[in-house]
Amino acid sequence: MTRMVIDPVTRIEGHLRIEAEVDNGVLRKAWASGTMFRGIETIVKDRDPRDVWYFVQRICSVCTGVHAIASVRAVENALGITIPENGLLIRNLIEGMQLIHDHVMHFYHLHALDWVDITAALNADVKKASLLQESISDWPKSNPRYFQEVKDKLKAFIGSGQLGIFAHGYWGHSAYKLPPEVNLIAVAHYINALEWQKSVARFIALLGGRHPCPNFLVGGMATAINPDSDQALNASRILMMRETLQEAQDFVEKVYFPDVLAIASFYPEWTKLGEGVGNFLACGDFPAFGKKDELFMPGGVIWKRKIDNVKDFDQKNVSEYVTRSWYTYSDDQAKAKHPFDGETNPKYTGPNPPYDFLDVDGKYSWIKAPRYEDKPVEVGPLARVLIAYGRGHKQIRELVDKGTKQLGVGNAALFSTLGRTLARSVETVAVADKMWEWYDKFVANVSAGNFVTATMEKWEPRTWPAEALGVGLAEAPRGALGHWIKIKNGKVDRYQIVVSTTWNASPPDPKGQIGAYEAALVGTPVADPAKPVEVLRTIHSFDPCIACAVHVYDAVHQKSEAEVIMP
Amino acid sequence: MNSERVERNLDAAFESVGVSRRDFMKFCGAMTALLGLPPVFTARVARALENRMPFVKERRPSVLWLNLQSCTGCTESFTRADHPSVAEAVLNMISLDFNETLQAASGTEAEAACEAAMKENHGKYILVVEGSLPAADSGRYCVMCGKTGETFLKKMAGGAACVIALGTCAVYGGLPAASPNPTDARSIDDAVAPAAVVKIPGCPPIGDVLMATIVHYLFFGRLPSLDSEKRPRFAYGKFIHEQCRRHYHFENAEMSTSFDDEAYRGGYCLFPMGCKGAFTKNACTVIRWNMGSNWCVGAGHPCVGCSEKDFWDKFTPFYALAEGRNPQ
Repeated sequence: MTRMVIDPVTRIEGHLRIEAEVDNGVLRKAWASGTMFRGIETIVKDRDPRDVWYFVQRICSVCTGVHAIASVRAVENALGITIPENGLLIRNLIEGMQLIHDHVMHFYHLHALDWVDITAALNADVKKASLLQESISDWPKSNPRYFQEVKDKLKAFIGSGQLGIFAHGYWGHSAYKLPPEVNLIAVAHYINALEWQKSVARFIALLGGRHPCPNFLVGGMATAINPDSDQALNASRILMMRETLQEAQDFVEKVYFPDVLAIASFYPEWTKLGEGVGNFLACGDFPAFGKKDELFMPGGVIWKRKIDNVKDFDQKNVSEYVTRSWYTYSDDQAKAKHPFDGETNPKYTGPNPPYDFLDVDGKYSWIKAPRYEDKPVEVGPLARVLIAYGRGHKQIRELVDKGTKQLGVGNAALFSTLGRTLARSVETVAVADKMWEWYDKFVANVSAGNFVTATMEKWEPRTWPAEALGVGLAEAPRGALGHWIKIKNGKVDRYQIVVSTTWNASPPDPKGQIGAYEAALVGTPVADPAKPVEVLRTIHSFDPCIACAVHVYDAVHQKSEAEVIMP
Repeated sequence: MNSERVERNLDAAFESVGVSRRDFMKFCGAMTALLGLPPVFTARVARALENRMPFVKERRPSVLWLNLQSCTGCTESFTRADHPSVAEAVLNMISLDFNETLQAASGTEAEAACEAAMKENHGKYILVVEGSLPAADSGRYCVMCGKTGETFLKKMAGGAACVIALGTCAVYGGLPAASPNPTDARSIDDAVAPAAVVKIPGCPPIGDVLMATIVHYLFFGRLPSLDSEKRPRFAYGKFIHEQCRRHYHFENAEMSTSFDDEAYRGGYCLFPMGCKGAFTKNACTVIRWNMGSNWCVGAGHPCVGCSEKDFWDKFTPFYALAEGRNPQ
């Protein structure tokens, strides 16, 4: 039995450490630990609820915006604010583009190098690469001369001996299986995606001022619309939105989705490896105006892979344990608490740094253990896609079926490392397409002279009740996200957050039920523990965000009777 | 050598590293604007840069990037930079030898890459630091590879030619240091002393300002001119309010008081809605964000002063007037 440590886990957000036992080239047991803590919920206490979105947005700026959206929803829920249609459309447009941007960057810049050997691309035949590219899609950058240029650049780069971010990569590892031409295509798209992402981020800046960290507002959006002004969202900016949206969609449809399928086709064994806990949860997101329960990506819960039996999600069934995390409860340490009823005091009991290993039999992480109906669940793109599939979402079904058919696998293949990666690309295609509907409606409203983006009716704290409870839910790129707020006398009395990565990266609960990361890693082949590319494949398929996962709850002693309203 | 030949040689040199002449001139144009010079200076900037071509003739300078208590927003902003773009920068200009967000290798190999770069480039590399440093509980709120963030930071800063404190957290402590500062988070100042430090505050900072600072250092071999707070003057020389496109409305006492009325949509001054542009130094109005497409006030949200020290406490509530202060 070999004890293996991966720290830092790179190509993620934040500070994640994986410890594992490896026996005969197979990972037998894994422990995931978040090793950084800030305490943002404590910081927002006693502040103006209208300011909180700005604070909690900095929980994580990779999925930048989703915490802000969950926060303004929580405050609006508490105060009974219904935002105007343009405000809702702008939020959907920002959140949708964020999802597209985040997923594409995740695939190329955080995940692809688990499958793509950049040094092997030097052996590619550029004519073959060109033919292959043309068979995959009608992406225009496909002629042999283009691939020759990329190859020459790559050759010069590697020849310089300075590999920079690619230094000490696992190049030449036996787990890499792609033909040289696919490697070359992927390298080209890695670079294309890096240029693409800065360009399409303009879409969000036009509405929210900047990216990362665009601006939001309790009551709607602080987006001034005025066709007669050069200082507001005018015709020229609305046209630039159209151009950047088209640019985004083209890349998703012609490059990202086809690449995922092309690369996945060379790794069939990874449709059988890396399943998590088999339970899935989504709170759902992308609301329709005036239709409270209509969400483009629906919520729900799936138990034990039963896709055709999706249960409704209810936030009341969420609870959290701290038995294996560096926190204490004031009463029963072994009992789970609902976020509205929870409490946490950080108390580090791990080894003193510098250390070689964590005490994995005791507490070993800043990440808590959320459970739904006392069971572990997986959240994220795979959960959303499975739930949408189970609920009969037409477009998601078509895309999933297209993907599985092309890979020659059944739906069971979705419960895997590549299943997560495929699901992420599927929902990106679906959302990119839906964006046009929101965009067109928004443009129609503006054309009709509707420039209202926010309601100021309940802006002033004197219009608020003395006490109010609210819940704001959102689907972050990495999965279901919930913010719980209690407002008292115009200030934040309590604030709590349960985040996507907290669900997935959680340590075991007192029943010994492990979280999705640790479950998914069991059985992973590890050819060389010093070069754990196989482990990274599965970890990256979740798209970890550790700054999100780690947070502290305030003491809350009041049960929630708040109705959860989406948005 | 006549000038035509110089130009041809340069073009060839650019081509060899995958930079077209057009890209280069575009970059020079952006640099010229960034340095506050009129466009006619572009050619001069280009000449000045061409005379110092480290990335054409020498090794690409090593840059190491350390994340402490951060949200990765500074890294994200870096990847949104336009001139040069992050692709141009990491492939052609610098050697980004350690960056947890983008680096291929994990674990021991990532550490090895960092160690090797520190050794090979001792005294020469640029260290970029993102995030604050928690002092509480002997630094155990931020641990990497089993070592505290402080251990990492001190070691990496020790061999650096200069340290770029990137973002409000590294520069001033930022969000984690906001009241009541649960982890006793601090700026990196004490830990990196006596290294030469450049501070690029902002939550997040503008990616192009970081790029311009690095480029300045690479081309001219020294740091840009800094103000008393060690911020580059080219980006932090003026208050946002002074350079705001809405400033003439302020002068005419044309004020917005709601996010939903004609004055707001007419682009009137956002000061009464809590705008802190009058007390905030940054380049948002000049360089703007995301390829120059917009900035916070440009979209219609007041400036919250995200590049100023303690703005989390000093400038909150965000939508209230700054107490006892009035813009000029």
